[in-house]
Amino acid sequence: MTRARPLPPAARAIVSGDRRALARVISQVENREPSAASVARALYPRTGKKPVIGVTGPLGVGKSSVINRLVARLRDLDRTVGVVAVDPSSPYSGGSVLGDRIRFERRVDDAGVFFRSMASRGEVGGIAAATREVTRLLDAAGFDVILVETVGSGQVDLAVRDVATTSVVVLVPHLGDEVQTLKAGLFEIADVFCVNKADLPGADVARRDLAELVGLGGARSGWRPRIVATSTTQPSGIEELWSAIEAHEEFLDRTGARRADERRRVSAEIVELVRERVGRELTRRLEREPELRRWVDRAVERTLDPHTVADRLARALGSR
Amino acid sequence: MARTTKPSPLRVLIAKPGLDGHDRGAKVVARALRDAGFEVIYAGLRQTPEEIVRAALEEDVDLIGLSILSGAHMALFPKVLALLKKERASSIPVFAGGIIPDEDARRLKKAGIRAIFGPGTSLEEIVTTAQRLARSAA
Ligand SMILES: Nc1nc2c(ncn2[C@@H]2O[C@H](COP(=O)(O)OP(=O)(O)O)[C@@H](O)[C@H]2O)c(=O)[nH]1
Ligand SMILES: [Mg+2]
Repeated sequence: MTRARPLPPAARAIVSGDRRALARVISQVENREPSAASVARALYPRTGKKPVIGVTGPLGVGKSSVINRLVARLRDLDRTVGVVAVDPSSPYSGGSVLGDRIRFERRVDDAGVFFRSMASRGEVGGIAAATREVTRLLDAAGFDVILVETVGSGQVDLAVRDVATTSVVVLVPHLGDEVQTLKAGLFEIADVFCVNKADLPGADVARRDLAELVGLGGARSGWRPRIVATSTTQPSGIEELWSAIEAHEEFLDRTGARRADERRRVSAEIVELVRERVGRELTRRLEREPELRRWVDRAVERTLDPHTVADRLARALGSR
Repeated sequence: MARTTKPSPLRVLIAKPGLDGHDRGAKVVARALRDAGFEVIYAGLRQTPEEIVRAALEEDVDLIGLSILSGAHMALFPKVLALLKKERASSIPVFAGGIIPDEDARRLKKAGIRAIFGPGTSLEEIVTTAQRLARSAA
């Protein structure tokens, strides 16, 4: 790595372990402040080597509780942990109640753990983008493992794959029909299934059902998802859960999948960034440039159709 | 990262220090603040002053709200303020709600608690005050 240029002060503070600086820059990232972009850029070369573990699944299955136990396990193993927990914002007020911290216990003087709650703030694409930036900040801040909690509903859970190196899908016994509907979304992304609340009846059945479904799905790119039963109330299975996650991380290294996955993620990120920029520029020009305005007007009047206009625009933009 | 059109949401930590086990009031306030557009980090029950201050710093909040029923406010609230000061984070305003006798309220305000709401306070008043305090800090 060549790193000729000195880091901006905020970036230097983050790297040197200043947690207040980390907390502030995370806010700036969430608020999309330009100052955060320069910090993120400066820190980027130092990131990308840490396991980022996505923990997703329906509301109430115990994601936060599992994360709490995982953090304790990792601290026993002397690994430091950064956690970011994402909850949806209210579409009406833009506000949110972020309650994942409730489950979080640690020694109050333990500097080896950092926990941050984050609201999705509306945009689905935006969640992935902001979450990714925050995981990179945690990475640059030196945490050995990064955990990301997201609620698995609709497209949010799929966003986990854009951020995490290993995705854990948490389910509970007696999902029944829910498993069927989840199949499409969560099954595509799971590297590890965590059947939580194994202290409740039905955990064995759930495990078996899942194993059958996983068997049907076949192994995605050589990795067959592991299934682990856990309980956070009568703690069990947490060591096995971490082992399964580590097994997947080792698989990534052994097979070269880590680089391929990262390439896919970075490529998607770049496409998204360009899409955002081009979209913004195009919207502006469609309003300002008389010729382009006329094309839109003609589509409104039905003398042109939107596809034809789009073809012309793409050509016009490409030729510049 | 560019372009901020809407103002960024204010962040508030709601915590319940002390040993009493009821957080209905705190939850009602949390929801009212959410409905007013706040991002409410809800830390839950039985938080020590150390945990509260650590959470406030990690979450980089603009405001802290403490709720208490147990009567331990004279011990716990000043402790929170002292820890904030130690962390050079006294710029984060702290408000409180719960059953707090007038005389105690006076002393706590003197000590630096910015607003104190008794059981009868309307949610509207709490929200308005919270907005004013948080904006003054943000
Ligand atoms: N019986 C049982 N309850 C659990 C377990 N893990 C979590 N819970 C409970 O499930 C509820 C939701 O937990 P939480 O971690 O907040 O779920 P999340 O919404 O997925 O983050 C809480 O009441 C927990 O106490 C478990 O292993 N067994
Ligand atoms: Mg949770």
